[in-house]
Amino acid sequence: MFQNQVLDEYRKDIGQKLLFGLSAVTLLTLLTIYAILNGPVKLTYTEMYSVFTGQIVSGTAYNIIWNIRLPQVLTAVVAGAGLAISGAAMQSVLKNPLASPFTLGISHAAAFGASCSIVLLGTGTTYSTGAVVLDNPYITSLSAFTCSLFSTAVILALAKLKKATPEIMILAGIALGSLFTAGTSAIQYFAEDTQIASVIFWQFGDVSKTTWNELGIISLFVIPVSIWFAYNSWNYNALNSGDDTAKSLGVDVDKLRIRAMIGASFVSALIVSLVGIIGFVGLVVPHMVRKMIGGNEMLLLPVSCLMGSLLLLASDTVARNIISPQVLPVGIITSFLGAPLFIYLIIKGREYW
Amino acid sequence: MKINIEGLEFSYNGKPTLKNMNLKVGKGEFLSIIGPNGSGKTTFLKCMNKILTPKQGSILIDKYDLNKLHREDIAKLVGYIPQAERGAFPTSVFDTVLMGRKPHMKWIPSSKDLEIVSDVIDMMDLSSFSMKNINELSGGQRQKVIIARALAQQPRILLLDEPTSSLDLKHQLEVLEITREQANNDVTVVMSVHDLNLAARYSDKILMMKDGEIFHGGGTDILTPENIEPVYGVSVDVKRDSDQIWIMPKKIACK
Repeated sequence: MFQNQVLDEYRKDIGQKLLFGLSAVTLLTLLTIYAILNGPVKLTYTEMYSVFTGQIVSGTAYNIIWNIRLPQVLTAVVAGAGLAISGAAMQSVLKNPLASPFTLGISHAAAFGASCSIVLLGTGTTYSTGAVVLDNPYITSLSAFTCSLFSTAVILALAKLKKATPEIMILAGIALGSLFTAGTSAIQYFAEDTQIASVIFWQFGDVSKTTWNELGIISLFVIPVSIWFAYNSWNYNALNSGDDTAKSLGVDVDKLRIRAMIGASFVSALIVSLVGIIGFVGLVVPHMVRKMIGGNEMLLLPVSCLMGSLLLLASDTVARNIISPQVLPVGIITSFLGAPLFIYLIIKGREYW
Repeated sequence: MKINIEGLEFSYNGKPTLKNMNLKVGKGEFLSIIGPNGSGKTTFLKCMNKILTPKQGSILIDKYDLNKLHREDIAKLVGYIPQAERGAFPTSVFDTVLMGRKPHMKWIPSSKDLEIVSDVIDMMDLSSFSMKNINELSGGQRQKVIIARALAQQPRILLLDEPTSSLDLKHQLEVLEITREQANNDVTVVMSVHDLNLAARYSDKILMMKDGEIFHGGGTDILTPENIEPVYGVSVDVKRDSDQIWIMPKKIACK
């Protein structure tokens, strides 16, 4: 029967994609364990097992796992997921493959906010020993976050004023991005060497900056926003066929677009202001996933989360181990690791643009 | 479902696009809207689906005021086939048609949704490439996919915006046969179209529009040289067989 053949093909296709997602989950679990065990100090599986089961409650292994590795590894997982799903959602609602938290100026705004705080409020200095220290990381983060939100608010206000077309949002984002970049340069030009060092240090995305508290704050928003994005996946699918079609399928297009923008901007602003600038994940991970399993948002959004986590965690693991005991900021590695993978997918993956 | 439109007005940025539109379409009727480019056909169609909200006037479908219906509820009743559609990111034929079930389904499509979709794909003869990306299809095939999506919606009213304008002869006939069949099954059809011969052949009623106003409306017998020339600015010959009307353009009329 023809009809069954169509359904069979569809089910087989979905099955394969779910299997892909499942493999990503498995890989992420294994990588998480590997990342906890490896670093400047190597731990054994037995040590980790004893720490997690509560047999060891103090000592080096306990400290390394609970106070250093676990927050760092989980931050990589959560931040990667948040950046990737924000990028995927933004690309879908703006119907533009170049949309991401970064092309929309959020990271530029965050960098500007952090520079302001470091240079003007003096929240960061470099000591003569060469160690760069942010005296008050919370104020720096808060300032970065405020600027990111301000930038998003301007974009949304413009969109609201002049009808919420994707083109207006993207162009406004690019304009604001260069405005904030100019602002950062101006501040740096007048800043002292030590302050510039702090600013640059802040801009390196680094998941080892976070403590349990910050991890908690990020998770508190990334998890519900991700679930909400996934819940809306059919609306985003409909939007992909055009605003008119989406409306004819019952989607309140303007409301959906604005809300998705608020959610995605908020999450990425939060991550950037606490972790620093990690490019590439939000822009490219959704494209990687589309190239691997196609564009159906119902799968694209959750799998983007997984791939974002995987990429950021893998990068962080490499960053901690490649020139051990030196630890590189993860923001440097994501592109080194992700770009070749993406180029490979451009050559080998499915075509879609 | 019946459509009853009274005193509809619409303007784009303060410029009136539709003026005092009144229209009644009966259940299962096939209405073709004809008129030159820019006469307001597309705008009129979009108002019937609340894609655009008119400035004034009322649209009733059966007894329901369109303005008071939720978008999701309208989507359960009215299917819409846009003039040109190209997604930012490609999706498979199956997923595109499945989107038509969106107004009816929760987060995960039920097996009933999947069955309806595979039935429609089968009926539209799209089975052999149901897993392909729609961007890889020809224009004719893609249009059939879009129509399949609207049919998967199981609408009571079908709005089509120039569904045949970029299709070859065979696909034109195929698309209109499918649409006619829908009307025969009591789905109310409103279609904007440029090809007067096709309009004459497939529709029950004709609505002629000019400059955002209704010029004339009625059965296919209103397709006369006297009516067509002032609307299009082209003089035509009209030939009538027993069951077919032929319209042949002659030349651009002098102003």
